[in-house]
Amino acid sequence: MAAEESYPEGLKYHPEHDWARIEGDEAVLGITWWAQDALGELVHFEAPAAGGTTTKDAPYGEVESVKAVSDVIAPLSGEILEVNQKAVDEPEIVNDDPYGEGWLVRIRLSNPSEADALLDVDAYRAVVAGQ
Amino acid sequence: MELIFEKSQAGRRAGRVPSHGLPVPEVPAELRRAQQPRLPELAENEIVRHFTNLADRNFGIDTGFYPLGSCTMKYNPRVNERVAGLPGFVNLHPHQEDEGAQGALELMWELQQILAEVAGLPAVTLQPAAGSQGELTGLMLMRAYFADRGEGERRDTIITADTAHGTNPASVTMAGYKLEKVATTDRGNLDLDDLRAKVNERTAGLMLTNPSTLGLFDEGIVEVAEIFHSQGALLYYDGANLNAVVGISRPGDMGFDIVHYNLHKTFSQPHGCGGPGAGPVAVREALEPYLPSPQVVRDGDTFRLDHERPKSIGRVRGFAGPFGVFVRSYAYMRAYGPDLRAMSETAVLNANYVLARLKDVYELPYDRLCMHEFVLSARGLKKEHGVTALDVAKRLMDYGIHPPTIYFPLVVPEALMIEPTETESKERLDHFVEAMTRIAAEAADDPALLKDAPHERPVRRLDEVKAAKEPIVKYAFGERPLVEAEA
Amino acid sequence: MTAGYLSLTERDRDEMLAAIGVSSMEELFAQIPASVRFDRELDVPPALSEAELVRHLEELAAKNAHTGSELSFLGAGIYDHYVPAIVDYVLQRGEFLTAYTPYQPEMSQGVLQAIFEYQTVICELTGMDVSNASGYDGFTVAADACLIATRHTGRSKIVLTETLNPQLRQVVKTYAPGFGLEVVEVRHVGGTTDPAQLAAAAQDAAAVIFPQPNFFGCLEPAPDLAAAAKEAGALAVAHVDLTSLGVLEAPGAYGCDMAIGEGQSAGNYQSYGGPHYGFLAARTEFIRRMPGRIVGETTDLNGDRVFVLTLQTREQHILREKATSNITTNQTLLALGGLVTLSWLGPAGLRELGETCMSLVGYARERIGLPAAFERPAFKELAVRTPIPAREVVRRARERGVHPGYALGRDVEGMDDVLLIALTEKRTPAEVDRLADVLAEVC
Repeated sequence: MAAEESYPEGLKYHPEHDWARIEGDEAVLGITWWAQDALGELVHFEAPAAGGTTTKDAPYGEVESVKAVSDVIAPLSGEILEVNQKAVDEPEIVNDDPYGEGWLVRIRLSNPSEADALLDVDAYRAVVAGQ
Repeated sequence: MELIFEKSQAGRRAGRVPSHGLPVPEVPAELRRAQQPRLPELAENEIVRHFTNLADRNFGIDTGFYPLGSCTMKYNPRVNERVAGLPGFVNLHPHQEDEGAQGALELMWELQQILAEVAGLPAVTLQPAAGSQGELTGLMLMRAYFADRGEGERRDTIITADTAHGTNPASVTMAGYKLEKVATTDRGNLDLDDLRAKVNERTAGLMLTNPSTLGLFDEGIVEVAEIFHSQGALLYYDGANLNAVVGISRPGDMGFDIVHYNLHKTFSQPHGCGGPGAGPVAVREALEPYLPSPQVVRDGDTFRLDHERPKSIGRVRGFAGPFGVFVRSYAYMRAYGPDLRAMSETAVLNANYVLARLKDVYELPYDRLCMHEFVLSARGLKKEHGVTALDVAKRLMDYGIHPPTIYFPLVVPEALMIEPTETESKERLDHFVEAMTRIAAEAADDPALLKDAPHERPVRRLDEVKAAKEPIVKYAFGERPLVEAEA
Repeated sequence: MTAGYLSLTERDRDEMLAAIGVSSMEELFAQIPASVRFDRELDVPPALSEAELVRHLEELAAKNAHTGSELSFLGAGIYDHYVPAIVDYVLQRGEFLTAYTPYQPEMSQGVLQAIFEYQTVICELTGMDVSNASGYDGFTVAADACLIATRHTGRSKIVLTETLNPQLRQVVKTYAPGFGLEVVEVRHVGGTTDPAQLAAAAQDAAAVIFPQPNFFGCLEPAPDLAAAAKEAGALAVAHVDLTSLGVLEAPGAYGCDMAIGEGQSAGNYQSYGGPHYGFLAARTEFIRRMPGRIVGETTDLNGDRVFVLTLQTREQHILREKATSNITTNQTLLALGGLVTLSWLGPAGLRELGETCMSLVGYARERIGLPAAFERPAFKELAVRTPIPAREVVRRARERGVHPGYALGRDVEGMDDVLLIALTEKRTPAEVDRLADVLAEVC
């Protein structure tokens, strides 16, 4: 059961429909409500390995629904500390709870100042409105 | 309906294989099959029933109207099956010496001549197995052409339209090129300003269908060709929509340098549920040396396969190509002669007629006369009644009509791409218009009927999510015993 | 509107033009710039009525030397096997012949189920977990396998054995530059491949492709070749013959990652080289990288078992530039012929087919007074050494109404004196005797 449309305050957003929750020198990454709605029910999350890295603006994995595959774009660069196994095992959790249990990876930031280039809620809502 | 494996009974069999009482040499132990394969075991009559019952659950052009946009689902003449099945064709081995294959080679040569005339380009290869392989071949030809001119490193990009069929970008990747997209205007033509900004010395060429997947002829095609040629780049024509222009406008005259045909679209090779097809390619003289090897050539009264092609890109498919397809397409062309033009004219007439009668029932994104196909949008139905293009498609099945192409091209939301083809009668077209009109009304009065459609097919709507999440791609024999070696 | 296969009358046309709101057909084409309008008649041969058309095609067909007019032992990749009569029946059913790819599953359960059965049969024969719905032919599927291997391993070298069909090697080399692949070949030794040499070549390779049986008719040490590939960290890809898999071991049973091949031997006429079907099967872990269609099982709203194209996100029409391949139209109808034939044979028939072929090879070895070219067991083709060039043997034998086989020197250097004789279950001992007599005359 997909969630209601929402874009929480307190998250930073990337125009390719990814979010980051910054917690000190770490961040949790995922895809936004708009992304999961566009894709439809997810059937597969092609996750990176823990220990790998993310590079800002580059893909770090793929999510797949019946009708489309999409790169997941990293809003920030860092070392991957943990992959959400639940998203791998039950990808539909990303549709149900994209910002909570549907998180994708946790990273240690390698360049925290990159967060300045990300969008806040209002700027991201403007991106969504233009789609 | 049961799978053929579920109908099997150990020990049943259909065919007998000749045996001559000769001793059978032993297969070395390490190469020998240890476990018999669990192939079906049925008597012949039950095999026939099985496939007959399967056919009854399938809908072809022979069954009813099939307006799949960009697929050109025209009538497949039966005489073509008869001639393609002649022993002199089906029992001819591809390694037969050229002297022993003169009929086949002559047919291929004649086919090449007709294709060349239709495209307005002189040199043709029949080797590619399908349109997509034709595309890849065309891109490889571009690469060889530029490499030979020392421009190979520099020209690394191909430009496609944002309305392009998915094979175009995929072919670009497979050929090792980068992809750049150009926008389409509100009128459905390529955006010339966007194009001028993107075409430069790094451009190898353009891949374009004309008319486009919107069914619209690009009114600026002459300028488009000039933009590319002025930069020394080439133009590739995706022939998926050729049915609109045969004998009316030739891709070579539009300025294209390379053309691929889909014999299974324009020239009636039956689609066969997904093949076989054929994707011959025609090129300008300057590209002829790079064509795949071998080529069919004529020496006076005889024909042969020419393997001496030092600049050829090589081989893309086995032997000389899918010969059985050539027989059917050649026969089709011989049934029309120069009247192939009437084929295209009628395709365009039929499409415009249906468009005229449906444009006030659904949204029409591009208000122009179309060519052989057109695109409607069900966006209005979605907004007002929550009914999507998918729902419309599923409900059409209950009217005994195969749905049109949906959700393509991507630039039109809730797209319905309709291509009636020239072989349909006016009554068929009228029936389709009535069905689509009634469905639009049903969307308002009884949307649930559409959301749950189809209701009249052998099966209901499917859970495609489950199929992707837990792929089951073969029969699990489970508790069925292994085949025992026959006593 | 009397041309070809058109259904409209003059009156229809007038009514339709009126409904469109134009007064002539010409107005429909006003959108085409005048400078690109084709103003003359197409310069193509004149139209023929159906009876004339049939006669014309019959005349062309009569100019070909086919198996009805010449006793032929040609093989080398395409074979004269028996196509059961029920194949013609099934493939001519309009519901199969004239339908499109089954993107609308509610309209296409017939073919979807048939493809699912075909996938099952291919997996059973090859010992693999997943098969696609077919590729263009037995050579382009090798290119498909190379692409899977390079994406999976991240390596860019492909190893081919020289004993593979030369056309397969040509096709792979044509595709290689676009994929950024380097192709390396391992020479044959005595008609087969030396596992140690293969192991050396396979270092840093993405995949090794080897045949079983091979182009010279010989049986390769396939398990050792597969092991050599795996040792080097490369994927092991076996190029096999469906008609042999009743007597020869399945590639999946000796460690292969993929099995590919040309399906023509099972259920298709020779038809001067096509159309036929390539098959591609692999272990489960490669399923998301497989090109082409895959049919899966699911349920519908009533809870009934149904079939549908699945994992379509791999295919070109969704992934577009990231697709594993650009393949759209494949070879479904021909693969259906394969399914029907393999069902008609069943496991016993397939085994007997292999045994009959092998027994005829054994008979030919004794009767034909020419030495075998290689000291190796064979499946359905025997390579013999000829005292004069094999191409000349072919020419002379054809004058006596027999095509004795394929002159290997056409493709392979140093083999101008090797003739490859194919012995399918359609050949008889009497025909082999005739061949032996003709060869004795001409050599």
